[in-house]
Amino acid sequence: MPGHGDIGCEEALKRLLALIDGELSEEERDDVQRHVRICRSCFSRMEFERRLKQRLSALPAGDVPEALRRRIDDVIKGF
Amino acid sequence: MATSKDLFAARVLAILGPLHGVARRLTKNDADAEDLVAETISRAWRARASLADGGAFRAWMFRILNNTFLSERRKASVRPREELLVDEGIEDDGRFSIFERLHQPVLLWFATPEQQFLDSLLREDLDRALAALPEHYRIVVVLADVEGLKYGEIAETLDIPVGTVRSRLARARGALQRTLWDVAQARGVQRPRAGGA
Repeated sequence: MPGHGDIGCEEALKRLLALIDGELSEEERDDVQRHVRICRSCFSRMEFERRLKQRLSALPAGDVPEALRRRIDDVIKGF
Repeated sequence: MATSKDLFAARVLAILGPLHGVARRLTKNDADAEDLVAETISRAWRARASLADGGAFRAWMFRILNNTFLSERRKASVRPREELLVDEGIEDDGRFSIFERLHQPVLLWFATPEQQFLDSLLREDLDRALAALPEHYRIVVVLADVEGLKYGEIAETLDIPVGTVRSRLARARGALQRTLWDVAQARGVQRPRAGGA
């Protein structure tokens, strides 16, 4: 069925990472989301990749050392 | 009234944390990271006329950071073999998938081996896996997944086409998963039993 048929696992998997990265068009996103609603395996894969990305994004950056802040203040004063 | 210097300084300070974070992941050394950040900001000020669009400030700063890192490393005449692997896909790590190693379709979607694997990961595992990546993979994963840059911003940062960002990121994530897998196995994470639970 043109436009709203299931894209299948192969196509969905090709687009999964871009979906999670928020880089798909609205139509592409709808296609993938339509597929993962009916395919448990692809849904599970999507959830895995999404959670892994969340773990990476949640890595604490650490505080900027005070010595570096003072050093940057000096750099800026020299602008 | 704020001067252009004040405005520039404010923008720099607003992203000092992410700049420092990426610098640490590039250099893997706190002292070098601080030097890199300071040099980056100096260079950015000198090059401020090349900043065409306010919205691209973050990508522009990361680009200067990455270029400064690469030029400093060239000066030090250190050229790891890993550079030879850029876009060559020699190890074909883009195909490695923890999910495919662990997923068992017969199980319910909650409490699956792959979810348990993620739950078992320590922060140190992720840090170690990132640090083990070759630089050209590490930078795209850090920019995309740690710092949350969009593909267009990464393309601008690395001066590569968006298509190359996609393909390099896919390979980099495969390499990261391979390393995470090895790190977890070294810690004794259980492999699933054959035939399901």
